[in-house]
Amino acid sequence: MSATLSVIPGPAKDMNASLALGRKRKRANRIVKTLCLTATGLGLIFLASILATLLSKGIAGLSLTVFTTSTLPPGSHGGLLNAIVGTLIQTVLGAAIGTPIGLMVGTYLAEYARDSALGNAVRFVSDILLSAPSILIGLFVYQIVVSPLGGFSGFAGCLALALIVIPIVVRTTEDMLRLIPSQLREAVIGLGAPKWKMIVLICYRAAREGIVTGILLAVARISGETAPLLFTSLGNLNWSLSLTKPMASLPVTIYQYAGSAFQDWVDLAWAGALLITAAVLAVNIVARTLLRGRK
Amino acid sequence: MRLAATALALGLGVFAFAAQAQQITGAGATFPAPVYTKWGEAAKAAAGLELNYQAIGSGGGQNQILNRTVDFGASDAPMDPAKLESGKLLQLPTVMGAVVPIVNLPGIASNQLKLTGPLLTEIYAGKIVKWNDPKLVELNPGFALPNLAIAPVYRADGSGTTFVFASYLSAVSPEWKEKVGAATSVKWPAGTGSKGNDGVSATVANLKGAIGYVENAFASQNKLTTAQLRNRDGKFVSPTEAAFVAAASNGDWANAKNFAVNLIDQAGAASWPIVSATFILLPKDPKDPARSANVRKFFEWAYKSGDAIAKGLDYIALPAAVKEAALKTWSAEIK
Amino acid sequence: MSTTTETGAPPLTGRRGSNLGDTIFAALAKLSGIFVLAVLGAIIAALALGGSKAFIAFGPKFLSSNDWDPVQETFGALVPIFGTIVTAILALAMAVPLAFGIAFYLTELAPAWMRRPVSTAIELLAAVPSIIYGMWGFFVIVPIMSQYVQPFVIDTIGELPLIGPFFQGPPFGTGILTAALVLAVMVIPFIAATMRDVFDTVPAVYKESAYGLGCTTWEVMRSIVIPYTRASVVGGIMLGLGRALGETMAVTFVIGNTNRIATSLFGPGNTIASIVALEFPEAETGSLKLSSLLALGLILFAIAFIVLAISRTLLKPGMKA
Repeated sequence: MSATLSVIPGPAKDMNASLALGRKRKRANRIVKTLCLTATGLGLIFLASILATLLSKGIAGLSLTVFTTSTLPPGSHGGLLNAIVGTLIQTVLGAAIGTPIGLMVGTYLAEYARDSALGNAVRFVSDILLSAPSILIGLFVYQIVVSPLGGFSGFAGCLALALIVIPIVVRTTEDMLRLIPSQLREAVIGLGAPKWKMIVLICYRAAREGIVTGILLAVARISGETAPLLFTSLGNLNWSLSLTKPMASLPVTIYQYAGSAFQDWVDLAWAGALLITAAVLAVNIVARTLLRGRK
Repeated sequence: MRLAATALALGLGVFAFAAQAQQITGAGATFPAPVYTKWGEAAKAAAGLELNYQAIGSGGGQNQILNRTVDFGASDAPMDPAKLESGKLLQLPTVMGAVVPIVNLPGIASNQLKLTGPLLTEIYAGKIVKWNDPKLVELNPGFALPNLAIAPVYRADGSGTTFVFASYLSAVSPEWKEKVGAATSVKWPAGTGSKGNDGVSATVANLKGAIGYVENAFASQNKLTTAQLRNRDGKFVSPTEAAFVAAASNGDWANAKNFAVNLIDQAGAASWPIVSATFILLPKDPKDPARSANVRKFFEWAYKSGDAIAKGLDYIALPAAVKEAALKTWSAEIK
Repeated sequence: MSTTTETGAPPLTGRRGSNLGDTIFAALAKLSGIFVLAVLGAIIAALALGGSKAFIAFGPKFLSSNDWDPVQETFGALVPIFGTIVTAILALAMAVPLAFGIAFYLTELAPAWMRRPVSTAIELLAAVPSIIYGMWGFFVIVPIMSQYVQPFVIDTIGELPLIGPFFQGPPFGTGILTAALVLAVMVIPFIAATMRDVFDTVPAVYKESAYGLGCTTWEVMRSIVIPYTRASVVGGIMLGLGRALGETMAVTFVIGNTNRIATSLFGPGNTIASIVALEFPEAETGSLKLSSLLALGLILFAIAFIVLAISRTLLKPGMKA
């Protein structure tokens, strides 16, 4: 560590100059502190403004029918039941497909291929997928699943979401496994346990909360995704649980209703936006509480 | 891990016990989505059919029916005849709609401002830039038009509405036709884009001096400030149902190949100049005849009993003769 | 949200001989890794294949032409590339100082009881779905920009020589600057969280000795924390940049979608992700337009690749310091 401490004044030769310098330093410190407080305040204001907008516009459309009725044409008092259930199914299934793969990749990177060329390549590629625009993922699944099979399906939507889950789970799993102290590993190996048992029984357990947090963050992310579903699960106006048929989802419904001419559809879109944000934020708070409970 | 396993089991369970209802799937243009879904709701009770229509855009509708991923496609722009041929598709009209200009000018109420096609073209080309331009003042002698910048707003997303509006500008201005032309999105010389009808109307509402264009259904449901247009006969008309119907009934349906009738800038003293039909696209070689029959049953019902619903949502119903011709073609082309 | 930290040991490989369970587990892990590699390879191959028609038709001019005319079927990628880079850089210019302030506040200034709730609240900003950001941006930020900020700025700064032209034009509320602002809010939590995490890695003993010498908090931050964590901070910023480059839904609401290179920050523009999302639904199979959109997707991957490569090289030495 060779940080330069040039700002620290030497022994004061001149008392007055030293006092003036001290005042100047204190003033700079106060200004920076104020600016930081303002920045934090601004961040909080952004969040509050988003929530306030959703609440003020979403409350109007929120009623019991939202949860008991499927989407209906304008003026027919429809709800969002099929979209809510469709989002639940696709999110859960997408996470169920993506999580084991992501977990294994994360394990590979942390336990087997820390510095190997293949490991570095996989890590790099996974991080690129992390910031890839989700519409391109949807386009890809359309090309390899929807187009050859000749139809939109809830399953194609799940696959697209799974592809978004994988890099998120990879990142958190690898980070969490790397935090496990080497003494713990050495102790287990020293007892004569095979490596895979060490990973599954000891490392996963030690990193449990962190890994679960990653999965929950991934769930939160995909439950709000619109772009990858537009060309995979398409959406469905009717009640349908079939994974081989088009399936409704909240984000796609919001996307289509928000721009419609009819006030009841617009209200429903905002109600849906409120619901999905509330759910995503709740999942996040749970995930973060879990993570912090560990520390 | 346990969470994932439970989720997987749940998912597979849902998969196995999925409901097997008889469904027709359609996808395409956003513009007719409300009327198709409303028809779907009524037809479910009347004819026992469940329609799933998804508004993914006209181009998307054309792609999906070409790939046969849906039972029918829907498009605002008529499809290229060669593509219809090679894709083995039948194109039929369902309803009509109009596009209307909306403005935000202090002190000017709906349908007070008078505009002409060539002036609209110059505004969207960025050539007329102030509301007190002599050409606008001359047309509107009763109002004190302000010294305010004109801010043209167009659809940011590719859309059939843009196609219809740009077709109108191309029809009235050879220069526009040559330099810009008409498509679902074009190279706008001036102004800004906003996503969807709602985006355009909100951007116009935010900014004094803004002008935009939206579907009639959107303007009338949201009581937007529209403007009058001068039609081909030189008469100023307001965007009313009567004006739309007048234009539609003047269309030369009999000679339109693939029903791709041109309703833009129609003759007739009462005609609104920006009217167009929207279309469905059907496979001539359906892989599942039962589904194809259901689609036919649905639209037969819609032609027969759907007019009131269409009017209720501010669409224009097709003339009876056109519907008859459409069903006749359908019977001849799809066995 | 978290950064890679090297506190674990190097991998212990094959110390216990070959065990069947080990072999299977290791193979499974490796296979999953190869699967991820294959998926990205397939995505890039699909985009390259789909975009090849545009690359062949326009050649290198595709990258340098600003002509995007769906009617004439001539497409150039310059405007979306320009818009992508400009909005992302502007977004960072706004987000980095704010994120730095937040991270500084959270690690050094905030009272202990406030750190956790404030930290969580800032991180929640990252969890809001991007379509919600789009709706919020359009219904809250755009009217404020159009009715208050832009008219004021156009009448004041817009009249000045030299910098004036950057702040002229009609106050639509939408445009490059608004898109950058929404993007900034979206990437603040990512950058702030990374900065907070790396600031926390500075050994307390360094900071305490500086405080002991009589340094103020700001001096400790400037002279100890920032030099110590500089590389990681830049790496975190690059990660935020990666997110800003690929953001789709939120940008489509506020960018204005025009294919002219904007001279004014209030003018409408385009980004690669937004033009793909806005125009894809109307692009027909086999058309040159669809091919151009897929080619744009490939270019976006190339940009993301470069940004990530830079952030990797910056993050690495920082962590080992």
